[in-house]
Amino acid sequence: MTKTIEPTRSFRAHRRNRARWGLALSAGLTIAVAVVFILSMTFGSVTVAPIDVVLATIGSPTEKWHTFIIYELRLPRAVTAVVVGLALGASGAIFQRLLRNPLASPDFLGVSSGANVAVVAGFVLWNLTGYQLSLAAILGGFATAAAIYFLAGRGGISGYRFILVGIGVSALMASLTSYLLARATLNDARAAMTWLIGSVGMAKTSDIIALAIALAVLLPASAMLGKRLRVLELGDGTATALGANTRVDRALLMLAAVVLVALATAAAGPIAFVALMAGPIATRISGRADESIFRAAAVGALIVQFADLAAQHVLATPISTGIVTGFVGAPYIAWIIIRANRSGAA
Amino acid sequence: MVATGRPSATAAPTTTTPPKVSIAKRIGLGGGLLLALGALAVLAFFSIALGSRSITIGTVFDAFFDPSAISPDLTVIRDMRVPRTLLAIAVGAALALGGTLLQGVARNPLADPGVMGINAGAALAIVTAIMLIGVQSAGGYVWFAFIGAGISTVLVYGLAATGREGATPVKLALAGAAVTAVFSSVTSAVVLANVDALNEMRFWQVGALSGRFMPVFWQLAPFLIAGSALALFAGRPLNTLALGDDVARALGQPVALTRSILFAIIAVLCGAATAAAGPIAFLGLMVPHIARFICGPDYRWILPYSALLGPVLLLACDITGRVVTAPGELQVGVVIGIVGAPAFIALARFRRLVQL
Repeated sequence: MTKTIEPTRSFRAHRRNRARWGLALSAGLTIAVAVVFILSMTFGSVTVAPIDVVLATIGSPTEKWHTFIIYELRLPRAVTAVVVGLALGASGAIFQRLLRNPLASPDFLGVSSGANVAVVAGFVLWNLTGYQLSLAAILGGFATAAAIYFLAGRGGISGYRFILVGIGVSALMASLTSYLLARATLNDARAAMTWLIGSVGMAKTSDIIALAIALAVLLPASAMLGKRLRVLELGDGTATALGANTRVDRALLMLAAVVLVALATAAAGPIAFVALMAGPIATRISGRADESIFRAAAVGALIVQFADLAAQHVLATPISTGIVTGFVGAPYIAWIIIRANRSGAA
Repeated sequence: MVATGRPSATAAPTTTTPPKVSIAKRIGLGGGLLLALGALAVLAFFSIALGSRSITIGTVFDAFFDPSAISPDLTVIRDMRVPRTLLAIAVGAALALGGTLLQGVARNPLADPGVMGINAGAALAIVTAIMLIGVQSAGGYVWFAFIGAGISTVLVYGLAATGREGATPVKLALAGAAVTAVFSSVTSAVVLANVDALNEMRFWQVGALSGRFMPVFWQLAPFLIAGSALALFAGRPLNTLALGDDVARALGQPVALTRSILFAIIAVLCGAATAAAGPIAFLGLMVPHIARFICGPDYRWILPYSALLGPVLLLACDITGRVVTAPGELQVGVVIGIVGAPAFIALARFRRLVQL
């Protein structure tokens, strides 16, 4: 009797420890996001002390002009960085877990490039604004993701073939985008090109609200569904045998991920490689294979926050956030390739 | 990936010497080349005759055979359509040969100057030269284009080729996508600082042949023609490389040196083509496969076929873009993208068809 209970007990204790460790990590990451959030509002042409930032944000500023600087200039940008980062981190992690492939990020799946074309087309051809553009981004992202899914063929999406298909489709989307830029008016082209590099500085309030609402609903929902992802990681066959309704779970999670990345793209443009990096970094930090989507989202937020801080303050003139993440992401991809070289699989 | 000859094309696919081609086959392939040349001539004629301004065929002949005749139609032909057509032929040949060399050197069916980020590297270098250093003429910034193309070639190939398996299609495409993403976002950032440059850049970035006049052609033609001529002689070393590094080395070929020379030729071809027409993707991918389909795995035949079929395809796409949306025009880069992306995807899906 005791012999059968002993392992069960230790297993339970182990589980409890892991849950505690996970909770502590999540709390730590949340605090880190909050700290960087406040710090990002202290720097600028005028430095505002962190404590004054907090006071001004909650509505009792030390000095009157703090309110203007925080609310009008810095808070929108800081909030955008957090929500866009959360959305990108979560969607990247969902795709990576769902497709069991570290390279399965919206950057390569064509979701971003599809959303790009849709937004530029909506902006240049039909003068869409605000929520209409967000909707266009969602539709474009979906259409492209679906096209790649089907073109990659049966079972192809968990392998490497879909990356080739995704890169091919992305190249087509890129050439359509540059065609749209060439036929637009100069002002439209300029706005669209700025947006295409990806920067959190130019998000409109409507974009941020749409994204925040989507996050409030989809982040908890996908975190709950994410627990079932652990079953999916055993492979479709095993998961089905264990009673998981993989089809519905997959569809729902994919839906959530596409909506999140499309809204983030509509808000801040395609900020490169954040979705690609967030999940693996979160896994590195916790040192475990199964990883909560929430922690990946928090890491995504941290990446965008730091990238935007660097973009604004490192050089004499501010640059776009997307350039910084691109410069960080490209070596990361190089590292993935080199690692694949070493293990001999790719 | 050992080179496996198409059984129909070669009697003994794995012999170490280049496969022997029968006399009849040789005559057939030579005739095919003449056919391609004829198609090129016909398309070049259409490229001169067709456009937003309708010009009679008689006037087209006048433009060539009656140098004293002067009329607005003749000016359009001599100053706009002829340079455009000549440039299309040179750029088409350069990109197709660049793609063929790339596929041969990397032994990779999906290698393409556009997908691998070579054109993006050239584009970034050109934009930097114009914006930051103030170079004005095409003859001036073409040197920067070579450097940019060379850097991204070495970067992408070096990244993908380390390791036991060598440059697999996935690793090449991934490295290319990463390099392209970074280079093109920096390019946009540089351009955004200046409205005039942005306005020029957005027409150049699509990949277009319109608005290129005779001076541009004369400045770039030496590089395009010299690069193409050198590339045409690369058949033998490419055939040897196709057998694998070990066999090539055993046959006495200095593999590293050959590769470096071929990469330098690729950088010249792709850099000059990008300087002339902007970053055009997929042409260098498709043409070698069409050529290989016609004449089998022998690069001594693939190269001349590519040199003729590249301009044929580019001119066909350019004319299509002019006719479909007349009196406006769809830039040739967009037409090639619409044709080429499905071809790329088909190749990625059915890789067994195109193992090199």
